[in-house]
Amino acid sequence: MSTPLTQVRLWYWGRISSMVLAFCVLVHLAVIIYAVRGGLSGAEVLARTHGNLAFGLFYTVFVLACAVHVPLGLARIVREELGWSERGANLFAALSALLLLVLGLRSVYGVVLA
Amino acid sequence: MTTTLEVKVWRGKEDGGFVSYEVPRLESQTVLDVVTHIQRNIDPSLSYRYACRVGMCGSCAMNVNGKARWTCRTHVSKVASHGQLELAPLSNLPVVKDLVSDMTEFFDKWARARGSFQGAKTRHEPFALVEPESAQRRAADAGIECIGCAVCYSSCDVVSWRPDFLGPAALNRAWTLLNDVRDVAGVERVMAVSGDAGCHACHTQGSCTERCPKHLAPTAAIAGLKRLSVTMLKRQK
Repeated sequence: MSTPLTQVRLWYWGRISSMVLAFCVLVHLAVIIYAVRGGLSGAEVLARTHGNLAFGLFYTVFVLACAVHVPLGLARIVREELGWSERGANLFAALSALLLLVLGLRSVYGVVLA
Repeated sequence: MTTTLEVKVWRGKEDGGFVSYEVPRLESQTVLDVVTHIQRNIDPSLSYRYACRVGMCGSCAMNVNGKARWTCRTHVSKVASHGQLELAPLSNLPVVKDLVSDMTEFFDKWARARGSFQGAKTRHEPFALVEPESAQRRAADAGIECIGCAVCYSSCDVVSWRPDFLGPAALNRAWTLLNDVRDVAGVERVMAVSGDAGCHACHTQGSCTERCPKHLAPTAAIAGLKRLSVTMLKRQK
């Protein structure tokens, strides 16, 4: 079983990542609304994002914040709603983090560098 | 005002059921008056708890029409607008019999949260001087009037989901002691109330604060504990 200090650390990272996400989600929504308003096609969006390092950096931060925040929340949900053990919930959270990291960073790579 | 009340009362243990009673409706009648009428005039085998009848002892709490309340100071007119009452023992606690809950776990959790004062001075030393207007004393005062009725504990969803969660009352108690400048067990107490079974499990839903009959705010106390735990974490580095 993890120690209370580890649990406080995880809670703290959950809070910090939620602050990052609050900012990232707002920017993300604003970018979507701005991009769609002018009727940009997918190809036109990709043409603008390709090679844009600021765009790549922003979404890398977004993905990292998701990979921290979402697994912590999922672990809490499976423990409280499904009654999973701490060990099972932690394993599930670690796998979720890995999945989010791989899929998220691959998407950033695809949109910015590929 | 109706002339009678239709009162459904939980009878038996966990596997019991509701039994209906007809009780005369009176002026300024409290829910505790209703239960007492049933026991004294209709069915003497009904079990329930009370002591002071004036909102000080915290022993008469039960679920009234689905919500945990202190029954001695809950007027029937406030909760039974259609002349109907449904009385059940508190949630999240084992039932001893009828309206009596087993409070063992509730108070054991106060002990697990290091809910007892630990000073360092002896009776031979001068009195501690505590400034009433200091921020710490004000924080302690805000939660000190808890009567241990378990209304908050019964109303807490997190306790339902995770029975090892310390609950709002124990955490509120820990917060008042952490703000007591005479107490010396601060670090151990923060450790005791931290983590998945402690303050960090709270979802800040606020049912405890909404239902507390003393109008305390355990949610604010728990938020304070979370802040304090992070301060401690930074000190550990």
